Amino acid sequence: MSVKIEVEVNGTRHEREVDPRLLLVHFLREELSLTGTNVGCETSLCGACTVKMDGLTVKSCTQLAVQADGASITTIEGLSPEGELHPLQQAFWDEHGLQCGYCTPGMILAAEGLLAVNPSPGESEIRESLKGNLCRCTGYHNIVKAIQSAAKGGA
Amino acid sequence: MTETTSDPTTHGVLRGGSVGTPVPHESAHLHVSGEARYTDDIPEPVGTLHAAIGMSERAHARIKSIDLGPVWNTPGVVDVMTVDDLPGANDIGGPVGDDPIFADGLVQYVGQSIFAVAATSVELARRAARKAVIEYEELEPILDIDTALEKKSFVIPTEKMSRGDAPKAIDAAAHRLQGRFRFGGQDQFYLEGHIAFALPKEDGDMLVYSSSQHPGEVQFVVAHALGKTAKDVVVECRRMGGGFGGKETQPALFASIAALLASRTGRAVKIRPDRDTDMVMTGKRHGYRVDYDVGFDEQGQINGVEFEFASNCGMSADLSGPVNDRTMFHADNAYYLDNVSIISHRCKTHTVSNTAFRGFGGPQGMMAIEWVMDEIARYLKVDPLDVRTTNFYGIGERDVTPYHMKVEDNVLMDIVPELEKTSRYRKRRREIAGYNESSEWLKRGIALTPVKFGISFTATHYNQAGALLHIYSDGTLQLNHGGTEMGQGLFTKVAQVVAEELQIDISRIRCTPSDTARVPNASATAASSGSDLNGMAAQAAARTIKGRLTEFAAQHYEVPADEVVFANDAVRAGDQQVPFAELTHLAYMARVSLSSTGFYKTPKIHYDRATFSGRPFYYFAYGAAVSEVEIDVLTGEYRVLRVDILHDVGKSLNPAIDLGQIEGGFIQGMGWLTTEELWWNAKGELQTHAPSTYKIPVVSDMPEVFNVNLLRSGRNNEPTIHRSKAVGEPPLMLAISVLHALKDAVAGIGGHQLSPHLGAPATPEAVLMAIGDLNQRLESEKEPAGVA
Repeated sequence: MSVKIEVEVNGTRHEREVDPRLLLVHFLREELSLTGTNVGCETSLCGACTVKMDGLTVKSCTQLAVQADGASITTIEGLSPEGELHPLQQAFWDEHGLQCGYCTPGMILAAEGLLAVNPSPGESEIRESLKGNLCRCTGYHNIVKAIQSAAKGGA
Repeated sequence: MTETTSDPTTHGVLRGGSVGTPVPHESAHLHVSGEARYTDDIPEPVGTLHAAIGMSERAHARIKSIDLGPVWNTPGVVDVMTVDDLPGANDIGGPVGDDPIFADGLVQYVGQSIFAVAATSVELARRAARKAVIEYEELEPILDIDTALEKKSFVIPTEKMSRGDAPKAIDAAAHRLQGRFRFGGQDQFYLEGHIAFALPKEDGDMLVYSSSQHPGEVQFVVAHALGKTAKDVVVECRRMGGGFGGKETQPALFASIAALLASRTGRAVKIRPDRDTDMVMTGKRHGYRVDYDVGFDEQGQINGVEFEFASNCGMSADLSGPVNDRTMFHADNAYYLDNVSIISHRCKTHTVSNTAFRGFGGPQGMMAIEWVMDEIARYLKVDPLDVRTTNFYGIGERDVTPYHMKVEDNVLMDIVPELEKTSRYRKRRREIAGYNESSEWLKRGIALTPVKFGISFTATHYNQAGALLHIYSDGTLQLNHGGTEMGQGLFTKVAQVVAEELQIDISRIRCTPSDTARVPNASATAASSGSDLNGMAAQAAARTIKGRLTEFAAQHYEVPADEVVFANDAVRAGDQQVPFAELTHLAYMARVSLSSTGFYKTPKIHYDRATFSGRPFYYFAYGAAVSEVEIDVLTGEYRVLRVDILHDVGKSLNPAIDLGQIEGGFIQGMGWLTTEELWWNAKGELQTHAPSTYKIPVVSDMPEVFNVNLLRSGRNNEPTIHRSKAVGEPPLMLAISVLHALKDAVAGIGGHQLSPHLGAPATPEAVLMAIGDLNQRLESEKEPAGVA
């Protein structure tokens, strides 16, 4: 059995017949070849697969593709126009807010979700709101700095 | 090796990317845009199959029968294989040959690979792998260190290192303490789990993309499993999503299974275990039990000490030999031990075989001596920092390690006094004492601990590296070396070295994937040695080509060779200046070779394992940290309030990357000692196999104040690459200060009368239990007949 879904991803509409069990992260990675969304723990705890769905950050490893029917999704590839970088992307680059880079797309989207509701968060607010995104490399120091820097720049 | 000649300060203004500048990670623009390609992101050829592994459900059992019928009958299944189907060796490459790809009649841990299945989708493969009907004849499992010691169950023989006469010195000492403590292992928890992707090529050759710190080892294991040779297999890795030692030997299992199935089916095969499977199947940091017996004087100076280490190696040797050796090499940490005896038992249990993890046994050795320092201080009722400094290695005296290596580069007396001052350690200790007196339910603690970490592989032959550098006629370069990129910034640093050597902009350089076809016989990227080894190899390659270009320019422009100067992305020959790209084009037209290999082997090191003596390390890396914590006496919960770190990276190749390594290493070490708990049930099943139950630090666990600095005067005594020092592992051990700060806070409950019984991980639960235990002991001390 497959189900027809219509999803807008990074501004482009896609119609697909999908298995009802297909996870959103696999839909994005395998159907649409958007491999910037990474698979980390597959249980919604590490945040590597974070994307935005209708303006909210969600973990795409525990959303079904069929739940995204009719929704508008932004992945890391769609966060900024082609050839440009979103202020958060630039800040993670400038502030060395990454090492292996595997958590980075999810971390940036989670940060974007925070700044959307709180454009100038304090350090403690950043620490509270990013608890759902794990980074094993950086110790988070530069990630917090990057988000603060992007917020100051008016992200 | 020769001293490096290029110094940015004497060469005027360089363009981007010179050595010593905070160049961002070479892949940062790809990381932030989602374009960085990890192994799972490589486009799959049509017909690619996905593999899953059928795992043992018993810790220790004989396999009576395996019915694979239900596996074969699962829709989408294309191939199933067991040990009986192996064309080559059933061995994933451990030194003892006790690590099979597929269990051969005997299973020795829950999660051990028994068979593999290839199917048309990941989901179908994983589902099918659970359908085998396996009959076991259960054998008694050994699941912990105590039982292993009792039954004399070891993966390799016990080792002993000693100097002087420890028992005699302990007997003669004014004071003596004996005790036992334990600390757990740690899962690497790389965000990108294990993955391998095998593509069959012509004539039986195999290309394997493997998320591996050691593609060269994967190449050999895959070749042997296929019944082939090294020339038939190419292994490539552009980047890993974290490694931390967990991808040193462990990728070989997944890579060989992918390659075997690819070879059998003629189709591309990918294997990516899910997180839970990855955590159940793959090795971790070794947990330890430590017994100590120490004699010391009134000042806390150690007269003699005996350590008996027993580590949980799991079911096979893997890297347990060198890991436990490194524990022995670091049981001195920063301290001179005149009369010392170190025994190391390598216990075999029926749990997953433990392996490399950042620090590689060193952290466990340091934990032991730091524990002893703390116990001595609490016994003498003095500041633990004073006991530590009393025992520090001297300069020109008291400077020989238990393995007879002279400590020639000790900078702890530069680091510790400065850190003590900048962190206001003494003042804060007094403030904390005042705070604890007035605060009944919240108690604070503080600790300063040092790190001295030996740099080099203790297996001497590993200390070699190769590089391959191409300059194209348009003046751009491809740089390759045997090191792997796992996020640590190795590729960035090595590119900086080449940019510096040729005085060119780093944007001219493309770092290419680690590839066994480009650089053969490369060592694992491990032991913090990545930039030391590969930086020197790449520099050698750049110097070779630079020499040819210099010779060519001298002839072409008719000037003496010493008037040819590389600077600012250009080359000056006498009074003529030519852009770098123009010179390379001219050189090409004149038929000058613009490609070179480079090679490096670490000098000076030698070591006799039979006598545990020699110079196993080229040099030492040093650092120190002060941590302050606050515990909640009623719940055991705690916060890390402030951490100050001063760390020696020599002359930094890239201060931004080095600071990132220190911060990240510290937090990872803090996770090991605080929240990360590996817990097996009575059947030997790991119960903490996902981030739901296995807690690595999250952003809110970061110290509230986190001051991290590089030692400004840092400079490697040895002529390492631009006098830098290795930085990958040493900072992890700075986190030992957090555990001791927690102990200090718990001790604050009784007014520092008793030493808390708090091992690691010091989870909130463990802290609460230590508080309860301490309160009980305080109570019983009040009663005359009480037993402490």
